[in-house]
Amino acid sequence: MSDQTTDNAVSVKNIYKNYGEIEALRDLSLDFPNGQLTSLLGPSGCGKTTLLKIIAGLLPATQGEVFVNGSLVTKPGPDRAFVFQDFALMPWASVLRNVAFGLELRGVNKNEREDIAAKYIKDVGLVGFENSFPHELSGGMRQRVGLARALSVDSPVLLMDEPFSAVDEQTRRKFQEDLLNLVKNENKTFIFVTHSIEEAVYVSDQIAILLPRPSRVSEIIKPKGFRNKDVDSIRKDREYLDTVESIWKSLRTYVE
Amino acid sequence: MLTRSFFLKILSGALIFGAWEYAGRTGVNYALPTFLESMKALFDMTMSGLIFEAYADTLRPLAVGVFISSFIGIGIGVWVGLSEKFDWLVSPIFIIMQAAPLAALIPLLIMAYGIGLTSKVFVVCIMAMPVIVLNTSVAVKNTPSSVKEMARSFLGTEKDVILKIIIPAASPVIFAGLRLGVSAGFIGAILAELKITPTGVGDIISYSRMTADYPSMYAAIFSIILLAVLFLNLLEKIENFFFKGNNQGYIS
Repeated sequence: MSDQTTDNAVSVKNIYKNYGEIEALRDLSLDFPNGQLTSLLGPSGCGKTTLLKIIAGLLPATQGEVFVNGSLVTKPGPDRAFVFQDFALMPWASVLRNVAFGLELRGVNKNEREDIAAKYIKDVGLVGFENSFPHELSGGMRQRVGLARALSVDSPVLLMDEPFSAVDEQTRRKFQEDLLNLVKNENKTFIFVTHSIEEAVYVSDQIAILLPRPSRVSEIIKPKGFRNKDVDSIRKDREYLDTVESIWKSLRTYVE
Repeated sequence: MLTRSFFLKILSGALIFGAWEYAGRTGVNYALPTFLESMKALFDMTMSGLIFEAYADTLRPLAVGVFISSFIGIGIGVWVGLSEKFDWLVSPIFIIMQAAPLAALIPLLIMAYGIGLTSKVFVVCIMAMPVIVLNTSVAVKNTPSSVKEMARSFLGTEKDVILKIIIPAASPVIFAGLRLGVSAGFIGAILAELKITPTGVGDIISYSRMTADYPSMYAAIFSIILLAVLFLNLLEKIENFFFKGNNQGYIS
């Protein structure tokens, strides 16, 4: 058992990941506090998604350990749900079946899982689209399906891999506001990969800045002052603007 | 229901049969009967029951061959798509089967399996199976990795990933392969009847050619084409029934 089971939902300890000759992650350690949203922020190629997939149990680490609520991660588990950048919906299945798919794979019977799915379809605002197919939905709606699927398995940890990067800017802002409410209302731990500095500062309780080659955590920032303000005034907040600015200063040298 | 596409299909048929009728009447070739003569011959054969007897013979190797090719072909194709080693072991056989000139292999088949049903089933399978196997394996290999990852991350087992993700995802290309394979199987069935022993529809074709009964010969050819087209339409219906959202391609 790890010592921080109460405070940290997820602990990453001394993770190394090599792809052949290429060193993707080197000795990376990071804690993800319970019930909070932690962003992994960094330039492309810094291993954010690799780290997320190691936490998900989709990729094995070359060395090092990941603990979720005290237990060692070796494969995907019921304590983690994943939201994919490209939605990863099944084009041959209706919205209802897509949302219920996580439960279907867990062997929940059809009526029960469709009831649960219907609730989350309502929560993400897709009522009336239960029988639509993914190709009939807009990009934003597709990601709502992906989100509803992840929420419906009710895992304590939600892993989000650049979930809003494939949707348009307006939808993205709406999603960010919805995400803040989700973090506030659901007692879940969110791990959120993004390459947008503004997005990370806007939604996060904690931002881990990853730097590339080899990847490591260079800095952890915990915005405090504006976290409890309402969604509209965050973007005007002094601390918000200063944080965005300082992150950009530390990252700009790594951008070609 | 008279939709626009239905009207166009009728028009397309009328144009082709009209051209056939016209060519038959003007006498481009003494061996070309008119469309109406051929239809009359088909009608006579239907009335006398000759065509049904013929199909009872022809459909046996065809049905057995298409059935074997579809199920075993898809099975092998999925396996080839999933396992690189099996791919190396098996793919060359099917590539050779597809490339080999079948008519040249028929004497070998006769020597090995005689002139009965087995040889004819083999001919149908050699025609139908390679394209089904190769299409299926390509489709399986190209399943988008994020959908597979999705199933794994939501605790899908290896079996779930194959049955619930890979096969449905591959189904449009598998069905395209089935359509090609089945129509090749029809060719194989007739080829077997012309090259191995004259039975069924192949017998009508070769016998009426020898007796210069060209309307009957064309009637037999027409009927096998018609049957093939109807069967392909049926396959398409089956595909649309099972995988409704799939005909729109991938979304991301």
